[in-house]
Amino acid sequence: MDDLGQFLEAYQTTIGFIGLNAILALSVWLTLYTGQLTLGNAAFAGIAAYSSALLTMKAGFPFPLALASGALFAAAVALPLGATVFRLRGVYLAIATLAFGEVVRVAILAIPITGRGQGLVGIPPKTELWHIFLSLIVVAVVCARLRQSNVGRAWAAIREDEIAAASQGIRVRRYQLAAFVLGALVAGWAGGLAAHFDFAIQPDEFGFARAVQILVFAVVGGIPNVLGPILGAFLLTALPAILQPLQEYRDIFQGAILVLVIVYLPRGLATLLELGRTARLRTVGAEDVA
Amino acid sequence: MADQLYNAIFIGSIYALFALGFTLVFSVLDILNLAHPALFTLGAFVALFAMQQGVPAALAVIVAFVVCGLAGVVLDRVAFAPLRRRNAPPLSAMISSIGVALIVIRLIQLRYGPDLQAYPAGSLPAAVFSVGDLELDTLRTVIIVLAIGLMLALTYVVRRTRLGRELRALAENPRAARLVGIDIDRAIAATFFLSAGLGGVAGVLYGFATNSPFSQMGLGFELKAFAVMIVGGMGSIPGAVLGAYLLSFGEIASLTFLPSELRDAFAFGLLFVVLLVRPRGILGRRAVDRV
Repeated sequence: MDDLGQFLEAYQTTIGFIGLNAILALSVWLTLYTGQLTLGNAAFAGIAAYSSALLTMKAGFPFPLALASGALFAAAVALPLGATVFRLRGVYLAIATLAFGEVVRVAILAIPITGRGQGLVGIPPKTELWHIFLSLIVVAVVCARLRQSNVGRAWAAIREDEIAAASQGIRVRRYQLAAFVLGALVAGWAGGLAAHFDFAIQPDEFGFARAVQILVFAVVGGIPNVLGPILGAFLLTALPAILQPLQEYRDIFQGAILVLVIVYLPRGLATLLELGRTARLRTVGAEDVA
Repeated sequence: MADQLYNAIFIGSIYALFALGFTLVFSVLDILNLAHPALFTLGAFVALFAMQQGVPAALAVIVAFVVCGLAGVVLDRVAFAPLRRRNAPPLSAMISSIGVALIVIRLIQLRYGPDLQAYPAGSLPAAVFSVGDLELDTLRTVIIVLAIGLMLALTYVVRRTRLGRELRALAENPRAARLVGIDIDRAIAATFFLSAGLGGVAGVLYGFATNSPFSQMGLGFELKAFAVMIVGGMGSIPGAVLGAYLLSFGEIASLTFLPSELRDAFAFGLLFVVLLVRPRGILGRRAVDRV
């Protein structure tokens, strides 16, 4: 038990970020599972990170209430945004959400109370590891249950063929919007946790590079089920820590893994877990998103 | 004022050169090649390496064009060709290109580190000449002329040559293009050579103008290029040029009514509005004849 305690202490930051990244990967999984690529989740995490941190620091909100407020605020921004941008498809949707992310980043830089480029510092470190992992479990279970539910089947139907799904009476845009807003809520929760985990936050932590990174976790892990994004986030976050001695070559390994997985494991690393069930996997069909 | 306009023309030319390569690959192959900014950066550093070996600046630009062009062809063989064979969706190619970008940037950093570099002293023209009251430096003027020349050359290639016809056929319908006897592999290699070569030259020219190439210099351009392509019309070559200058002039103009830290908001606000009002952009046509 002592060994475990020491291990947790020594690697606390890395372990925490594994959990946070897994939650963020699940947040983008929600829209990927409906067959659409959006890149706004880093910005939603940022909106919630800043708002929840400001609520605890300046308004004296209790931590859980600040977290919830931040996440709800992110979801409230996602609703009108999604209602407008979900008319777009494919790269257009991806670029629109990306542009939204940049507008958020520039807005954070322009508002004095956020500390602008220097970042917001002195956030009370309230987040414990168990907060992160309990959240991850809850989010993963909810996603897994949703996937098996009527809603999940509607999402899968939309992903496979929007027109066919619509002709079956599925309200395509409403379902996609639901996935998008839920994703923003989850990303917002992770953002609030991240803000209170690390004492300081900066606008760049929620920019374009971060949005792409979250997407990569999900796609490398695999979209067919919820284990994929968790696995992807776990491996790609742990890898740099493991490769610490080879730090100079770290990006080269990560880049090579990315290319190899996309080329040789098109459904993601999670397929490795399901080799015995390839027949079933074939029916899941997530190739149109990854 | 005239000074500002000159600046807008200069930065618009770099935006255009960068976005042309980006948009060429998108129009022919429907791939959003996120390794393009890495090739832009590579261009600046290939020229740096060449000039440190004593190669004159003008020749270094050509070296960068060829080296980046070849790197583009290799990029396609490694990261995109296997996906094409499998008929993988466009998102796969985008992710795969992110992997290549990471590798290229890190290789540059292994040699030159993450900090600002400079070209060898005296290797770039420092002369200034004046037109009326306006003082112009030779280097930027040469860069603008060269960039516009390259834009015209690319337009000529795509519109008037056999290769251009092949590319347009490929963009329209790959299967039909193969049926009429077009060597698809050669046409795709040419697309990547031109795209990456132009990206590389854009990198050298920007590196020359600022005389401070660094490993992350492509990042801002990548985001701006999205705005340029959407505003002009995804996959449209004249659209990319028009979008580039609209953006650069708009940015300069926005400084008069926006605080300078909001300068970047202009590009993304514009991008957002165009997507909502006219998603295919100013010169984009719907799904057909995109080159």
